[in-house]
Amino acid sequence: MMSDQDELKKIADKIAALKKTAEELRDLGEDIPALYRNARRILAGIKMLELNVSDLAE
Amino acid sequence: MWKEQKYWNPVLETLPHGKIRDLQLRKFKKIFEWGYEKSKLHRSLYDKAGIKPEGIRSFEDIRRIPTVEKSMMRDIQRKDPFPYGDALCVPLDEVAEFRQTSGTTGQPVYQADTWQDWEWWSECWSYILWAQGYRPSDRVFLPFGYNVFVAFWAGHYAVEKIGAEIVPGGVLDTQARILKIQELKCTAMMATPTYVLGMADTARKMGIDPVSLGIRKITCAGEPGASIPTTKKRMEDAWGAKVYDHAGATEIGAWCFECTAQSGGLHVNEAFFLVEIQDIETGEYIEEPGRRGKMIITALDRQAQPCIRFDSKDVIEWSAEPCPCGRTFRSIKGGVVGRADDITKVKGVLLSPSAIEEVVRGIDGLGNEFEVIVDKDGDIDRIMLKVEILKGREGERKQIEARLKDQLRLKTNLGYILEFHDYGTLPRYDVKAKRFKDLRKH
Repeated sequence: MMSDQDELKKIADKIAALKKTAEELRDLGEDIPALYRNARRILAGIKMLELNVSDLAE
Repeated sequence: MWKEQKYWNPVLETLPHGKIRDLQLRKFKKIFEWGYEKSKLHRSLYDKAGIKPEGIRSFEDIRRIPTVEKSMMRDIQRKDPFPYGDALCVPLDEVAEFRQTSGTTGQPVYQADTWQDWEWWSECWSYILWAQGYRPSDRVFLPFGYNVFVAFWAGHYAVEKIGAEIVPGGVLDTQARILKIQELKCTAMMATPTYVLGMADTARKMGIDPVSLGIRKITCAGEPGASIPTTKKRMEDAWGAKVYDHAGATEIGAWCFECTAQSGGLHVNEAFFLVEIQDIETGEYIEEPGRRGKMIITALDRQAQPCIRFDSKDVIEWSAEPCPCGRTFRSIKGGVVGRADDITKVKGVLLSPSAIEEVVRGIDGLGNEFEVIVDKDGDIDRIMLKVEILKGREGERKQIEARLKDQLRLKTNLGYILEFHDYGTLPRYDVKAKRFKDLRKH
């Protein structure tokens, strides 16, 4: 079972990288509603990853 | 393989309880700061009490924070930012979902949610469904009138999230819903206990045995019935299904759930919610199992209209025993056993309507419906219970009446005026039933 702190840290790092990419896409989408809104929704999904894993790895 | 995993999130659901408490404290500080910075309602409440975010370091500090009551939300709403008023923590154009409370206890409260909140709602429900054995192979029927009430909306999205299949039974009538379940071979459904029992009755009238429909899991909400053993048994027998309870509320979220172990309690999702129990009379906080009190709850991650130390009036108690399922989230014994504003004194005795339900549903020969009317005869309280006797059992009325009287006296310490009615003559309800009427002037 995935509970080792190092493993959690690895997952949390990947989630952080994903979040950074999604934020960059959102910022690039200022003139493209389809990009901006979909990036925002992806960020909401990434928040769920943070609640499930990253918050614990803090 | 993820589909075979016992837990939706083994990381959080099996975390040692000390670590869960650390997580709760860290998350509480963040949501408190969020509310303090973004919500005029919360800031004003906390400023008046002289509490600032930097002053929150322990659970004892949290207990000094004023609670929020539903009446406060009513007072600030229908004003700018319209219609949510001063508790709104995000710009209006970030609100993605509107819902409102049912108004059972007064004027409805409006609830704003961002899309992130909505993801969070379905995440909470995913914990529930996975713990109750829902898997991607399930086809889930939802006999619910999709509307402004939150009810099973998040359950719908959680079915999608866990990878199962949803069949939305929105505006269909009960007969059409039963035929759709039959046609599609649905394996699970979600409804209020009142509706679960009502659907079974309707199916039988259509000449269909509900057991033959193949529903094997039912998730209940909205009423306490699925945690009342006699009502749960009636539902399970009627459908040949496992019936599971959960509790949630518009202003809170879906905060607790029964798991497949059915050990007589509901797990609080302690990674997402902080539940405190307070003695109704003394205000003392209760940590030990076995003592009932009212729940003060915080949703640790809700954004648009936060739920911070909300006085829910739900009456609960911690379970003494850990659940055999292995989750480390604590359980509340018997689910939500009543509401602080529902528990009333009759002839000086504290009475919870669910205690009467437990008795009626436990008597063989009585129908599912009943009605309780409390009024006064002069200065003396009087309590009347109307029940239905099943067809073909009328000849046993005296024995049934004697059993009912005994059980009522034993479980509620009160004597009742009993009225027996023909089966099918008391009012039927589709969603939340209103079976308890207090006609006394207070």
